[in-house]
Amino acid sequence: MLDVDGLWKVFGPRAAAQVGTELSSAELKRRTGCVAAVRDVSFTVAPGEVFVVMGLSGSGKSTLVRCLTRLIEPTAGTVRLDGEDLGTASPARLRELRRHRMAMVFQQFGLLPHRSVLDNVAFGLEIRGTARAERHDHARQVIELVGLSGFEESLPEQLSGGMQQRVGLARALAVDPEVMLFDEPFSALDPLIRREMQNEVIRLHRVVGKTMVFITHDLNEALRLGDRILLMRDGAAVQLGTPDEVVGAPADDHVRDFVADVPREQVLTLRWIMRPAGPSDALDGPSLPPETVIRDAVHTVLSADRPVRVESDGSLLGVVTAAEVLETIA
Amino acid sequence: MTAAVALRRLARPRRAWFVAAVLGAGLLAWPLLRGRDTLPLGGAELAGAHRFLNGAFEAVDASRNSNPVFLYGFNYLRLLLDTSTTFVQGLISQPAYGRPAPVLGWLGVTALATAVAWLAGNLRVALLACLGFVSFGLLGLWTEAMDTLALTLTAVFYSLLAGIPIGVAAGLRERVHRAITPVLDFMQTMPTFVYLAPLTLVFLIGPASATIATMIYAVPPVIRLTAHGIREIRPAALESGISLGATPAQLLTKVRLPLALPMIVVGINQTLMAALAMVTVAALIDAPGLGESVLQALESLDVGTAAAAGLAIVIMAVVLDRTTTAASVRRPRRRPWWLVTAVLAAAGIGAYLSFIYVWASTFPQAANFGPYVRRAVDAADAWLLDSAGGVTDLVRDRMTAWLLNPFQTLLTDAPWWWIATVAVAVALFGLGVRAAVLVGAGVAGLLVLGLWQDSMVTLAATVVATALTALVGVVAGVWMGRSSRADGTIRPVLDAAQTLPPFVYLVPVVGLFGATRFTGILAAVIFAIPVTTKLVAEGIRGVRASAVEASGAAGATAWQTIIKVQLPLARASVTLAVGQGLIYVLSMVVVGGLVGAGALGYQVVAGFSQHELRGKGLAAGLAIVVLGIVLDRIMRAAASRAGAQRA
Ligand SMILES: Nc1ncnc2c1ncn2[C@@H]1O[C@H](COP(=O)(O)OP(=O)(O)OP(=O)(O)O)[C@@H](O)[C@H]1O
Ligand SMILES: [Mg+2]
Repeated sequence: MLDVDGLWKVFGPRAAAQVGTELSSAELKRRTGCVAAVRDVSFTVAPGEVFVVMGLSGSGKSTLVRCLTRLIEPTAGTVRLDGEDLGTASPARLRELRRHRMAMVFQQFGLLPHRSVLDNVAFGLEIRGTARAERHDHARQVIELVGLSGFEESLPEQLSGGMQQRVGLARALAVDPEVMLFDEPFSALDPLIRREMQNEVIRLHRVVGKTMVFITHDLNEALRLGDRILLMRDGAAVQLGTPDEVVGAPADDHVRDFVADVPREQVLTLRWIMRPAGPSDALDGPSLPPETVIRDAVHTVLSADRPVRVESDGSLLGVVTAAEVLETIA
Repeated sequence: MTAAVALRRLARPRRAWFVAAVLGAGLLAWPLLRGRDTLPLGGAELAGAHRFLNGAFEAVDASRNSNPVFLYGFNYLRLLLDTSTTFVQGLISQPAYGRPAPVLGWLGVTALATAVAWLAGNLRVALLACLGFVSFGLLGLWTEAMDTLALTLTAVFYSLLAGIPIGVAAGLRERVHRAITPVLDFMQTMPTFVYLAPLTLVFLIGPASATIATMIYAVPPVIRLTAHGIREIRPAALESGISLGATPAQLLTKVRLPLALPMIVVGINQTLMAALAMVTVAALIDAPGLGESVLQALESLDVGTAAAAGLAIVIMAVVLDRTTTAASVRRPRRRPWWLVTAVLAAAGIGAYLSFIYVWASTFPQAANFGPYVRRAVDAADAWLLDSAGGVTDLVRDRMTAWLLNPFQTLLTDAPWWWIATVAVAVALFGLGVRAAVLVGAGVAGLLVLGLWQDSMVTLAATVVATALTALVGVVAGVWMGRSSRADGTIRPVLDAAQTLPPFVYLVPVVGLFGATRFTGILAAVIFAIPVTTKLVAEGIRGVRASAVEASGAAGATAWQTIIKVQLPLARASVTLAVGQGLIYVLSMVVVGGLVGAGALGYQVVAGFSQHELRGKGLAAGLAIVVLGIVLDRIMRAAASRAGAQRA
């Protein structure tokens, strides 16, 4: 659906000349005054997938996601949406794509303070030229979808932060895009509200099934939401994988440190801790699929008096005993 | 070159010694040289430059109906502005369209003003507008007030028409911003009276010149604040618009302009206040209205009439200011449609009544309390002068005798070359070669303009007024900068004072001190104090708190802290503040000329009214500009020097 290939974004003088540089950020800054915010990043997002980009502050996440709709012009590389190269799209074609196929949710909400919630949500439709009555009708439906019914006539400043971001969410949803881009949408919210909003995104994803690119610096958020996670550091992609791959097989020490505090039993599946069945193992214990998250298997494993078989399509992949489970939890 | 290097090598104390030595030698020589080469020029006498300018005026006059620039440019512009002004006057102030009265009478205008104030602001300002407009009638100044309003609104209309697009362009394009900023600076620092004469030359005396003069003075704020509002928009709002596929035009109309609107309204407020101030001053070139009433009354020293008209100006300023301020802070809040309809209908009915009926058109004579107000003011003035036991006279005479006269005599009675030598030498040793060259050029300019002695009188008045302004400004500013309570008390007064047109200041001063040189100086000081005080206060507050705390911790008294820490650290902004005060003083010089300050100001005014003195008046205006530029640059040089020493 969304193909990113060899994407670079360099800020600074003679930016194009710095593409392909091997210099570290500090060195690059010192020698050329340039900042390579995105370095040679490639990935493909599948339809309906929630693709999370995560990294520390300054790692280039915002720049990356803005390059996807050319809010920031990439210095090199291509971005394709269903095979169409965005980099060569004319301004009119680009507007067309933004109006109908991609929509973005911002960390700072980006609401228009002089407009009511209803008119904020209908903003994208208004820009498209949808007639007033029709866009208001549609906006009301979306407002209901995000749970803001009754606040249509409020002004953004009269809403709490969480509610404001629901407006931002509704505004993006209202144009019925194929891809939704989220730039740290919940970073400005406090933890409880953040959790609530994450559940909201999970729920919406189930309801509307959009492809989502989700930026965050919060590992737990990434693990909760992401089908796959792209880890970035200093503009470069460090690792791309499913949540359990990132936690179970960190690409380097940096990632390992990063995921060290994650409760592994909540992320890892049996696939990560099973061992090959030995001759002494009794193979008549209970059977579980390899995708079972450890937390969900604890009860079965600890209460069985023989090893639990990990099976997929009837073939034995390995066994898990109390020893492996306890090692993970401890 | 070598001189410059040698100068730079001079240590600072040595420079001070040199400056003191030059001044001392100059003063010693003065009695010997007194009365020689003072270049006096009688009131009706003309110098070569004046005859030349007169010739230029005549040439322009002669070519007005033949030169293509006039035929196809200026004349059309004049026609447009004249027609617009006459049109608005026909609506609210002057008989027109074959009617014996303007289209809208007092009831209609008051009703409309009240409705507009309510729609743009709130109930309070609506009430204020209603009372304010009625008071124009009660003061017996309805027509004059409406003339002033008509001129102001026309000028503001064209200012916004030009200013908002320019401001938007400057907000969007850094290049435009950089290009117009110095132009705006120039428009705002140039004493307003100076461009009146050249304007009347091109656009004749009349509404067009008044409108353009007003626009020159009033358009910078709306340009600046529009640009500021557009530039300050949070990127998130813009990004969300772009990410939804907005075209640049949609982005402008749906995101940028609405978000910048509060700032633009602040700009409109400032433009409106500046326009009102300038429209009253444009009475000097025959603009009708309240300014003219003040001017005529001041010329005949009729304090009562001047006070009534001045009061009307103040009321107009307050109403316009409050209304636009309320509009700029208003939260977008929907009002019930029926209420809006009802208010508009009521205003419409008022307008209709005033179109049809005489009683609603012409303010009832029975309710004209103008004569009483005038007499009351005159009586109060007389009583004050009586019972103040000549205190005011004493103050005036002492200040004149001890401060003004010696200084003025020093400058006017000395040979021009003596003054030139001392000034250039002081600039050279004090500030360097560039300053010296500038002073030399200034002296040459004044000589060419043929008004040397008048220039010296004005210079003396300006220096004395600036010194007094600086004294008051620094004391009040330090107080405000140190105590937020003082700030809270003084600032509103200063803000209010700054919204008033300069003419208004003259009235009470003339009432108390009569028409003398001192009156002009005092009015200038009062006019300049607010801006100076505010800038000083800002500078004092800008001094790092840690430095002040450290000084307190070291056991310094408050006085020591002010003298040894706060003022030195704020030196650059204090110098800037005094520089601004100087500009304000200079722009009051002409107004002061009306009430006995004489010299250049008087020549400028005389040039407006007397045909054969046009050239001389223009030369006087240019001499004010020369003085302004030289003094301003020197202040700036001193300020940057102060800044450099601090660094
Ligand atoms: N317009 C710009 N000009 C120059 N440098 C920029 C610009 N925008 C971003 N950068 C730099 O690019 C790097 C990546 O910035 P980016 O905003 O993409 O980081 P981020 O991962 O989104 O961080 P955060 O979590 O703080 O939002 C930073 O070093 C930043 O300073
Ligand atoms: Mg970011």
